[in-house]
Amino acid sequence: MNATLCSEAVAPTRQELLIFTIAGLLAGCRHVAVGAASPIPGAGALLERARSNGTPRVSVLGSTRNNFFTNGGVELFDCAAQGRIDAFFLGGGQIDGSGNVNLVGTGSYPSTEVRWPGSFGSAYLYFLVPRVILFREEHTRRVLVERVDFISAPGTSEKGIYRPGGPHALLTNLALFDYDRERRRFRLRSVHPGHGIEEVLDNTGFAFDRPDTVPQTPLPDHETLALIRGRVRDEIGEVYPRFVETAFPSGV
Amino acid sequence: MSACQIRDLDDLAAAIPDGAKLAVSADYSGPAMAATRALIRRRVRNLHLVCVPVSGLQAELLIGAGAVDVIETSAVTLGEYGAAPRFVAAVRRGKITLKDATCPAIHAALQAAAKGLPFMPLRGILGSDLLKHRPDWKVIENPFAPGDSGGDPIVALPAIKPDVALFHAPLADRDGNVFIGRHRELMTMAHAATQTLITVEEISETNLLEDERFAAGVIPALYISGVVEARSGAWPLGLWNAYGEDEAFLRRYVAAAKTDAGFADVLARWLGEPAMAAE
Repeated sequence: MNATLCSEAVAPTRQELLIFTIAGLLAGCRHVAVGAASPIPGAGALLERARSNGTPRVSVLGSTRNNFFTNGGVELFDCAAQGRIDAFFLGGGQIDGSGNVNLVGTGSYPSTEVRWPGSFGSAYLYFLVPRVILFREEHTRRVLVERVDFISAPGTSEKGIYRPGGPHALLTNLALFDYDRERRRFRLRSVHPGHGIEEVLDNTGFAFDRPDTVPQTPLPDHETLALIRGRVRDEIGEVYPRFVETAFPSGV
Repeated sequence: MSACQIRDLDDLAAAIPDGAKLAVSADYSGPAMAATRALIRRRVRNLHLVCVPVSGLQAELLIGAGAVDVIETSAVTLGEYGAAPRFVAAVRRGKITLKDATCPAIHAALQAAAKGLPFMPLRGILGSDLLKHRPDWKVIENPFAPGDSGGDPIVALPAIKPDVALFHAPLADRDGNVFIGRHRELMTMAHAATQTLITVEEISETNLLEDERFAAGVIPALYISGVVEARSGAWPLGLWNAYGEDEAFLRRYVAAAKTDAGFADVLARWLGEPAMAAE
């Protein structure tokens, strides 16, 4: 009972809303993999598992307890190529309106003005994982651009290229978009509470489709919030101890 | 150089010649930092660094010390501590040749070398700017595509055969067998490389291959050219299941290494310090 009462008293944090929204994008998945430096996607995947009787399986890179891989760094990629991973998460220094992702830098390659770490597994996993969820908290025109400066991984491919995978959705601090593979464009699905369509338009550098009336992103109910603050917090804390200290309301 | 000639870190550093194609493990998979320190002390130059499949502080320090000509990697980052400042500076100044890759491409190219094959095909990559800037990666037709499919282009990656693979592991035995557990990419590195040089926390007096429970996680001495005992050999980074990274060091490092002078200072101190005892 206490957990329920506390949840009623404390509204969801920004991170908790993102965790809940990610879980909603994973319905029906059998196996979700979470890459490095991804505490919110990891928590979202663990929430979906916690509330759906153990499906999907979740592999969190860096975890000992929630990790199915024993064949070294290559196994994630082999698994993806076999169709054994249904969802994965990618970020991006830049993401454009066609779903192209840039993890390399801005300006002219190779002597980029701003250099980011590099492409990691994006150029491969974007082709092979059916539901790639683009997740970037910062929603600004410097991140969401009309055209990326460097394509680490293209949003779509020409006919004839083997590509069971690709972008599924884009989630930021302001909004949730679906990706339309036919139209090669994003479509706004909802705007998070406290934000409006004008703010989304002002801060998005690319054109996107949207319904006449844009709904608000749904909030987690009390039971779900208690699950996030209990079991999910504990599970993700194994890999991201500093994240759980800051992302969840203290004393809950 | 045979294993019996490599007795300490200086021997190990001397066995990695200038200009070598050197494969190193990721920061989270047993980075041989004590050996890296010995390499920088001996002023190694012109390395072709292959990061399996990414690197962090290890590549950053080697680049900052002027030891790297070419870097083949899927990323260089100090993770939650931020960007790798010397890597970023070297890129901006055009001081290093970049061979930007994607993680599975590095794994696959090493697997090709391990199998003695000239190349390995890999899905994905098509249409990326990575491919545009990697003239050594070719697009070929899948020779087994059904005739009515209209073709199936696929990327062919040339094998990566490192001159030397270098990493740090928890345990080896007197015979030169090395325990790597589930970090199987280290096995692939050893299979692919001409020589493999290892530092370890500890030397076991019993043969690691005798115990069936460990054997599958052990690189046989067949592939190993030298093993040197180096306590806290991954410091200031961590070693899986043994110790974590030295947070204070890393925070000091990223703050100092933003400038050339700051980096020179932090490097000199690091080269002079004894390895910090793992906590």
